[in-house]
Amino acid sequence: MIPNITLVIQGLAFFAVALLVMKFMWPPIIAAIEERQAKIAEGLAAADRARQELADADARVADEIRKARVDAAAIVDKANQQANQIIDKARTDAIVEGTKQKAIAAAEIESMAHRAREELRTKVATLAIAGAEKILKREIDANAHKDLIDQLVSEL
Amino acid sequence: MASEHESPNMTGYIKHHLHHLQVQAPGTEGQFWLINIDSIFFMLLAVLVFFWLFMRVSRRATAGVPGKLQCAIEMILSFVDGMVRETFHGRSKLIAPLSLTIFVLVFLMNFMDMLPVDLLPWMWASGHALAGHDPEHAYLRVVPTADINTTVGMALTVFLLIQYIGIKHKGVFGFFKEWFTAPFGPWFAPFNLLLRVIEEAVRPLSLSLRLFGNMYAGELIFILIAVMTLGASLEHVSTYLLGAGQVIAGFVWTAFHILIITLQAFIFMTLTIVYLSMAAEHH
Repeated sequence: MIPNITLVIQGLAFFAVALLVMKFMWPPIIAAIEERQAKIAEGLAAADRARQELADADARVADEIRKARVDAAAIVDKANQQANQIIDKARTDAIVEGTKQKAIAAAEIESMAHRAREELRTKVATLAIAGAEKILKREIDANAHKDLIDQLVSEL
Repeated sequence: MASEHESPNMTGYIKHHLHHLQVQAPGTEGQFWLINIDSIFFMLLAVLVFFWLFMRVSRRATAGVPGKLQCAIEMILSFVDGMVRETFHGRSKLIAPLSLTIFVLVFLMNFMDMLPVDLLPWMWASGHALAGHDPEHAYLRVVPTADINTTVGMALTVFLLIQYIGIKHKGVFGFFKEWFTAPFGPWFAPFNLLLRVIEEAVRPLSLSLRLFGNMYAGELIFILIAVMTLGASLEHVSTYLLGAGQVIAGFVWTAFHILIITLQAFIFMTLTIVYLSMAAEHH
């Protein structure tokens, strides 16, 4: 129980051990720990960054989709408009063309009727003259009675 | 059980157990120059285990995925490092490794108490007998921290480090000035000095005596538990009762002692850190 010289030896041994620990044991382990801490911190930061980037990309994508939707709607509207325009134009054109064709046909009918009437009139006049010739049994001087015949023709 | 005729035997057993393996330092005389070989040997054994465990990790320390041993060692290390960072605000490369050394070394030395109290002394005595010596003189104490020399030696080292840290952080003048001016100002210089001396003297004393007392008492109780069946005859009923009692008592005290040895190692370390940080701070 009485302290002896052993205490000096033990004290010195203890101090030597502490020095050795400080010199050789402590630094590599603490360096490894700190390096790993840095790595983990870096990894966490990277994960945060990635999450942020993903959110940004999502927002961008949503934006693009919305824009595309708006564009598509505009294009469809325009196409509808154009189609209506084309249909309208076609209708007008058809009406115009129909009217034109109808007018042409009417004019043709008119001219044909006129011609037929004229022809008929001439034929009736000739017939009348022939009838008259037969009645008179003689040659009528066509020139002498031209006035009369013309009057007859015009009366028909 | 401790009947009259067994008393001397028991006393002899306890005395034998509390006797150090000592040699006289060459060319000297007197009690002071005795060297406790056993304490030194088992302390070196603890140092060896400490180095073997920790250097294995230290040499192959990786910042990548650590192995299980490295994990365990790193846990101890960061625990000590955290304690030091929390308490000690000065700059010193020694404090944290010193604290780690105290914690692990004191724990390992205390841990020798976990071995059966008679195992190593019995082996030592048997070896002595085989070598043809008298086993009665084969003394061996296996717990270095139950030797006051170890605890006082460590506490004195800490004491010297406290002074060193104080001078390093405050300069020689500032350090000695503080002796006379803190805490009551220059007008109470003698009183301050007296207070300072007491304070400084109490630290290593309390550090060493606390650890020594705990370990010595623990060892003594293990010895007393072992005494329960000392020299017991198999023909006595009481032997079996006491044998059962010894097993139970031994188990309970060993389990309880696990707490004590860890706690004492922790307290020694914590107080060292606190003392050193106090020495580094200006008052």
